[in-house]
Amino acid sequence: MWRPIAGGALRMTLLVWVICGLAYPLLEVGVNQALFPQAANGSLVRIGHRVIGSRLIGERFTGPAWFHGRPSACGYHAMQSEASNLGPLSRRLRDHLWARRARLVREHPELATERLPADMITSSGSGLDPDISVANAEMQAPWVARARGLPLARVQALVAGATKGRWLGLFGEPRVNVEVLNWALARSVAP
Amino acid sequence: MNEITHRSERKAQAYQAQAGGLVKRALWESLRKFDPRVQIRNPVMFIVWLGMWLTFLLAFDPDLFGRAAGGAMYNATVAAILFFTVWFANFAEALAEGRGRAQADALRHTKTDVLARRIKADGTLESVPAEGLRKGDRVRVDRGDIIPTDGEILEGIASVDESAITGESAPVLKEPGTDMFSTVTGGTKILSDWLVFKVSADPGQTFLDRMIHLVEGARRQKTPNEIALTVLLAVLSLIFLIVVATLKPLAAFLHIDLGVATLVALLVALMPTTIGALLSAIGIAGIDRATRFNVLAMSGRAVEAAGDVQTLMLDKTGTITMGNRQATEFIGLPGFEELAVAQAAMAASWFDTTPEGRSIVSLAMTRGARREPSWDQAQGLEFSAETRMSGTNLADGTRARKGAVAAVARFIQENFKAPVPAELKEAAETVARKGATPLAVTLDGTIVGVIALSDVLKPGMRERFDYMRTLGIRTIMVTGDNPITARVIAGQAGVDDFIAEAKPEDKIRVIRSEQAKGRLVAMTGDGTNDAPALAQADVGLAMHSGTVPAKEAANMIDLDSDPTKLIDVVAIGKQLLITRGALTTFSIANDVAKYFAMLPAMFMRSLPGLGALNIMHLATPQTAVLSALIFNALIIPILIPLALRGVRFRPTGADALLARNVLIYGVGGLIVPFVGIKVIDMALSLFWH
Amino acid sequence: MTASGFWQIALVLGIAFGLSIPFGAYLARVFRGERTWLDPILNPVDAFLCRIVGRRTTALPMDWKGYAVSMLVTNAMMGLLVYLILSIQGVLPWNPLRFSGLNPFLAFNTAASFITNTDWQNYAGESALSLFSQMAAITFPMFAAAATGLVAAIAFFRALAAPADGGRNLGNFYHDFIRALTRVLLPLCLVVTPVLVWQGSPETLTGVAVAHLMQGGVQHIPLGPVADLEVIKQLGTNGGGFFAANSAHPFENPTPLTNVVEILLMMVTSLSLVVTFGIFVGQRRLAWVMYAVMGVLLVGGIAVTVCAEQAGTPALAASGIMLQAGHGQMGGNMVGKETRFGVTGSALFDTVSTAFTTGSVNSALDSYTPLGGMVSLGQMMLNCVFGGKGVGTLNFLMYGIFAVFIAGLMVGRTPEFLGKKLERREIVLAALALLIHPLIILLPAAWALASPYGVSALGNAASHGLSEILYAFTSAAANNGSAFAGLQANTPWYNSVLGLVMLIGRYVSIILMLALGGSLAAKPSVSATAGTLRTDTALFGGFWLATIIVVGALTFLPALVLGPLAEIFMMHPHG
Repeated sequence: MWRPIAGGALRMTLLVWVICGLAYPLLEVGVNQALFPQAANGSLVRIGHRVIGSRLIGERFTGPAWFHGRPSACGYHAMQSEASNLGPLSRRLRDHLWARRARLVREHPELATERLPADMITSSGSGLDPDISVANAEMQAPWVARARGLPLARVQALVAGATKGRWLGLFGEPRVNVEVLNWALARSVAP
Repeated sequence: MNEITHRSERKAQAYQAQAGGLVKRALWESLRKFDPRVQIRNPVMFIVWLGMWLTFLLAFDPDLFGRAAGGAMYNATVAAILFFTVWFANFAEALAEGRGRAQADALRHTKTDVLARRIKADGTLESVPAEGLRKGDRVRVDRGDIIPTDGEILEGIASVDESAITGESAPVLKEPGTDMFSTVTGGTKILSDWLVFKVSADPGQTFLDRMIHLVEGARRQKTPNEIALTVLLAVLSLIFLIVVATLKPLAAFLHIDLGVATLVALLVALMPTTIGALLSAIGIAGIDRATRFNVLAMSGRAVEAAGDVQTLMLDKTGTITMGNRQATEFIGLPGFEELAVAQAAMAASWFDTTPEGRSIVSLAMTRGARREPSWDQAQGLEFSAETRMSGTNLADGTRARKGAVAAVARFIQENFKAPVPAELKEAAETVARKGATPLAVTLDGTIVGVIALSDVLKPGMRERFDYMRTLGIRTIMVTGDNPITARVIAGQAGVDDFIAEAKPEDKIRVIRSEQAKGRLVAMTGDGTNDAPALAQADVGLAMHSGTVPAKEAANMIDLDSDPTKLIDVVAIGKQLLITRGALTTFSIANDVAKYFAMLPAMFMRSLPGLGALNIMHLATPQTAVLSALIFNALIIPILIPLALRGVRFRPTGADALLARNVLIYGVGGLIVPFVGIKVIDMALSLFWH
Repeated sequence: MTASGFWQIALVLGIAFGLSIPFGAYLARVFRGERTWLDPILNPVDAFLCRIVGRRTTALPMDWKGYAVSMLVTNAMMGLLVYLILSIQGVLPWNPLRFSGLNPFLAFNTAASFITNTDWQNYAGESALSLFSQMAAITFPMFAAAATGLVAAIAFFRALAAPADGGRNLGNFYHDFIRALTRVLLPLCLVVTPVLVWQGSPETLTGVAVAHLMQGGVQHIPLGPVADLEVIKQLGTNGGGFFAANSAHPFENPTPLTNVVEILLMMVTSLSLVVTFGIFVGQRRLAWVMYAVMGVLLVGGIAVTVCAEQAGTPALAASGIMLQAGHGQMGGNMVGKETRFGVTGSALFDTVSTAFTTGSVNSALDSYTPLGGMVSLGQMMLNCVFGGKGVGTLNFLMYGIFAVFIAGLMVGRTPEFLGKKLERREIVLAALALLIHPLIILLPAAWALASPYGVSALGNAASHGLSEILYAFTSAAANNGSAFAGLQANTPWYNSVLGLVMLIGRYVSIILMLALGGSLAAKPSVSATAGTLRTDTALFGGFWLATIIVVGALTFLPALVLGPLAEIFMMHPHG
């Protein structure tokens, strides 16, 4: 029984390796590059020939003129996606949360008595979350409008344009893609 | 089933005389069982035993394994409780063994030193002590003697008092050549006449010896089911050992210092010590219970197998029906009145000494038949297997015969060239359809009519078979009767199936076919021709009055020679298994409450939030741990009566049984320790500081 | 729980259970050699593949020992191949970011991890593995491990189905393995991968894209053949992600649609195997009972986790976060969770993942509330809430054997399961299988907590740190692979010990259960009567559930008390 089993095992190993490790992925690459070229290559957004980012990968926005995404444990450094991995009773977590809230309150004193949306000062699971909650975007809209000198209604319309609802009205959460929003924002500034 | 309890209670009373001594002896024995060679046979209790020594050491030097909260007093208390735990376990086993030994002692009293009269080769007698007898020796016993050893009767007929073995004081008639009642057992007393028998066992191998050995049970083997359960308990204990051992470093990481004494206490509380302590006692008590029912089981395995039986084979005659058939009716052929038939039947049975014959005579008398004076000169003809008839040759030459319809028909055709009446077949079938055996009666060549010989069902059979059905056991009746008769009786008795016109080979064939279907078969038997079937069956119950080959082929012997005893044995087997399962469930369910007692106690100081787990509001961590441990110890003696008596077995279907037992022992096992530990804690906190 | 959350969960579970019935029947047909609708295309493919592996090899009749040996030899070779590729990936093609080979400890850990279906990753995919490795050393063992588990379960089912030859020929490992690939794994993967790509999951041989951000600066975006790996990762209950963030990464799990698809992929095989088991042993009611028992544990776990996460923690409340859902935001504990999934979509995914021992996550388990984290930990400790491909059903049946043993005693019969008596040998094997789990979890965890090797890797302190380490070894032993990722376990000590735990947890368990199956198969069948314990009733199902909970709780409660439970009590100091 041993010879056929050992020989069979070796042939099986190589066969499965070739099929599953090489043929299958390469086949899928070929097929999907043909079917969905945009998506298969990372949903990249270009201006002219320049790639300015991926629709799915968040980036770091700073300053009052932009909508900010969620805090990121990797600073939106896409080569190392990570979460903070801080436990719920962690002192470091508590410090982070307090610090972020304090910064916001400093810049926008009207927040002092308000509760913040859950995603606003918490870091995401991947560190590259491109979305924020609708409440988050609506809270930032007046600040951005003021900073850019745009009518609030226009900014809110842009927010609505970048908003995606639940899938089938049921699954997931309504969300606003920060990059899409900011790119639209940038285009709308140019007269 | 009350009748059975009564019988066993009667016997129990016989042994009760030594009850007080029993407990005292068990107490002493249980101290002797502290020997590690005894302890190691029970993995669960062995670990407790080791823990006892460990904490004992810690009582002298509390800092032996590093500084820990507790102190010498605490460690000593833990050690003491563990000591009592092991002692209680030993006590349970010793008590169970002791009961068996009490019975053995009672038996030993009957085995006195007797002098036997051995018949030498030349026919003279010599006096030999019982131990000097060997297999094959011929021995003579006379009225008033104690039979010295086991044997097969060669000559003589005598009445024997076997109460020493069976507990029944009604004497038994013993005679040679019969399948039943041709053996004698050493220790019994011959009441009348004399017997010559051939010794069938060497000293030490006699029936009484084997009984004593079995009943003592000290070196009994563990049954397969017990081994499987012991493995399960051992592995669970091993798991808990790992849990407790790794708890110390886990806790140390959080700067919690767990003392070794507390860890040992946790381990002992978690391990299934309740069932571990009582397991051997349950097994011993099970065999003991069978013995109280006058059933001698060759091994605990046989008793367990009885609980699993799914098919029961029973002989009709003597088991389901009374041993002897009775005449119940005379049916006359056309032209003959009942009186005529009765008179002819009585004539044909006048010299018939069998019970059937005598019942024919007495029935005939009630029908008006009278003895004729000429019968004094008549000659009786005994039944022979060849002619299948018996009868009387009357003084005037008339041959009165009775017997199987076919045999009688052939008789008149061959000897009288007489035609067989057409109505005979119908009359015979009428009788058979009523479940009786037809005997044709003829005077010379004229068949006058048919006698109906009916079986009388033993009382209570129907209920017993219904009981079997609820347990899922199929009953098969085996009889030599014709199919029509058999079917009727089977219907009356309430058995599930029957085999008619059965020969000895048929029994084995049916047993094998049932076993091939994956069913376990039990059967009763007494004759030598039953021996192969008894051996083939999974549970073979031989009658004590039966032949030696039957008794040797069987794995159980009924001293009362009551074939329906099998039903009781099934109940005992099931009871044995149920008791094991119930106490295992109880033991494991207990652990939940013990966790709630001990975990907060161990961690509360360092993790104050855990106080919320202290739902029993136990006084202090130390009293909590000790209370749990005391409960763990005390539950053992509390459950000893249950272990020895066995969980009450009700004949219901499996689902109802499971529901009931899960409710009592599972849910009960969850709740009872909460109450128990709380009570103990309250008492303990009164004087523990 | 919010209303929309409730309906999300109900629908996903409903669809999963609904799919499992036809799929379970399909699996039964595939492995009983009956006709299936793919036969016309695939039969010649099977035949061709069998010829390559060896006609004699794939026709050899095998008993349980044959399966065990074949499994060990093939898995060993495959693991070795993975180890080699990972070690020399520096000189292999398709390495656009020029990663060098992994160090021996990490390579060993990774190879052991993927071949045992654990997929514990002590590396970050996008910064350590070349594209070739992701294909040839990660995707490859994912298929192999999935097929192995499936085949082992099928062999066990066949053994329990009371074969007429007493188990001497349970089939052929290689033949079954090929069929698992061609009939089950590959077709589904081929079809589902485009769905993921359509939603945005990359599938390319480009290694990286460079983006010039609007605010200045450059972002290197890693790319690769992500979607095809993702599908087999979920379907095969593997769990190892292309990227470090696993299914939280927008490229692995871009939209709520893909989230639902990935959850369904995780569940479908293990759910269906229950149905398949019922068909094999001819007891559909028993399959329903098993479904119900495991379903109770699963649904209970999901409910507890979602509610706990939505309720959040006092620390979150104190930092001014709106924990109540509403007003356009999802509320709850959003630390380490993605916006597009919210609390419900994350908790559902992670709970299902640990129940089905996949190990992939779309949110950071280390940041879950103590109760939420405890559910994940508990499910892995029980290791029988449907569980991983094949092995979960085996574990569940192991608990069943204990339940049958004790319950059988309580109805006064020598216990029997599916018509076979449970005697010493069976109890020994099942008991050893029970023993292995706590042994390889608690002993290494204790060692880690007592030594600097273990403690130095902690990302959190005190009870949460204890939980991190406990979780690591539980995950390895259960071949799950998820982690409280604060633990920096890429050290020689952890790589070695975790690797060993994974190997033992996988192969010893499977071999013990195969031996158990073989032992039962060789026994004669006992017919059932009114006195037999019925295992296909609600009453017995309840007893089965109680056995699992009590035995599991008794084994692991002390460790849980020191870990997550202590945290819960610290969070709510006054009850």
